[in-house]
Amino acid sequence: MISADSLTELVFLVLAGITVLGALIATNAKRLIRAVSGLAVCLIGVAGLYYFLHSPFVALMEMLIYVGAVCVTIVFAVMMAEPFPERHAKISPLSGYLSFAVAILVFVGVAGLGVKTAWKAAGSTVNSGALIEVGKSLLTTNSMVFELISIVLLLAIIGSVALARAGREK
Amino acid sequence: MGNYTELLRLLAYLVGIIAFAALNAAYLVWLERKEAAHIQRRIGPKEVGPYGLLQPLADGIKLMTKQLIVPAGADVILFKVAPLLILAPAIASFVTIPFSETLVARNINLGLLMIFAFASLNVMGVLIGGWGSNNKYAVISAARAVSQNVAYEIPMLITAITMVMVAGTMNLNEIVMQQPNIFKWYIFRFTASPLMPVAFLIFFICSLAETNRAPFDMAEAESELVAGAYTEYSGMGFGVFFMGEYANVVIGCSLATILFLGGWQSPFGVPADAHWSLFLFKPGILWFLIKLYLLCFTVIWVRWTYPRTQFYGLLNLSWKYLIPISLFNLLLTGAMLKVFQS
Repeated sequence: MISADSLTELVFLVLAGITVLGALIATNAKRLIRAVSGLAVCLIGVAGLYYFLHSPFVALMEMLIYVGAVCVTIVFAVMMAEPFPERHAKISPLSGYLSFAVAILVFVGVAGLGVKTAWKAAGSTVNSGALIEVGKSLLTTNSMVFELISIVLLLAIIGSVALARAGREK
Repeated sequence: MGNYTELLRLLAYLVGIIAFAALNAAYLVWLERKEAAHIQRRIGPKEVGPYGLLQPLADGIKLMTKQLIVPAGADVILFKVAPLLILAPAIASFVTIPFSETLVARNINLGLLMIFAFASLNVMGVLIGGWGSNNKYAVISAARAVSQNVAYEIPMLITAITMVMVAGTMNLNEIVMQQPNIFKWYIFRFTASPLMPVAFLIFFICSLAETNRAPFDMAEAESELVAGAYTEYSGMGFGVFFMGEYANVVIGCSLATILFLGGWQSPFGVPADAHWSLFLFKPGILWFLIKLYLLCFTVIWVRWTYPRTQFYGLLNLSWKYLIPISLFNLLLTGAMLKVFQS
């Protein structure tokens, strides 16, 4: 007999496993394109975790923006580079003691933060998707951040236009 | 017990959706061949079964018996994963499409967003397949597919946002419920914006381009690129790609049906006294399928009527016409909603 709790745990473990597996592929793959694919797998796992945590809106946005836009852009950039660029130096991400120590410190710090913070309970049920709350807070409490993001995007667009123009004259 | 019926319901829907996607792929190929033939004054498939109706079965068996060849120098894992990356998101998108008022696997409130999120994975499949097969035509085709998809995703999303503003929800079933008869279909909802038919046209053109259908099939232009990103795929590898493509066509058409043409609602509306209501007046899956396949028919019709555009023409159409018009429509709709419905 499968209880609901053990099923939930199983789902969580599978999602966490997908995330970790993707991250490992992203850092250990020899071919750049495989690393990006690993990143995509990792991000899909993260999106699944968001869904698991009752926020489908964030999960879908994660898919739409990070997998659908960011990863595609990176793959596109890789295609512009040389074909099948094998990594020349064989460096394992676990080789440097210092980096290992830093990784452990970060892990302990984040885990400690996660355990000790008094988390607020989620404000809405699953099916509402928290869409209205997100919209309201974007246009009231966090409207400053929202406007600043638009300025960053505007700068990025102007920058890319300037770069493209400069390239055309050369 | 409740958990088990829910589980069974989900399983039944999953099997149904996969069968629906596969059947659609098979019979849209048949429709495509038949329609192309009649447009070109030929007969089309006629030997296998009546009107060639068993042709897809023969094609499927042929594809399954062929060897799956992985070309030398290809990235084996990516090469094999790519077709799945096109088919799986398409099947996942069917989960939230309301075929009738009750026939929907998971009626989530973010249905529209979910379909766009899964559709964005599509490009990744073409890219990985093109790159993984280590073939210059495939790589060129993948690069074209990305620039095309990025260009057409923008007007499509802007139009979708306009529709969400008018409807006030992203739940596909609720959007359909707001369009009970032909005068209230969003394509004719002139009180929301006089440009609604234009918005429908933009959405339809964008869904053609997003699914790489002619006249926007630059990504697999046979005369230049052999078979585009699918050049190196043989047997069922190619078959799965094809199924994914047709599944995406069906999803694009269902979305257009739901957003603009009233989904499963009957165009005549439900008469007040149900006594004389014929079967045709009933809203339901029948109307949804009629509208869906009329749109699919149009998609194929367009392919065999218009020649392939040039690549620059394609990007120009999006950046210089579709995006400005859809942005203007967004502004106009916002203004009209504020004036008439506040």
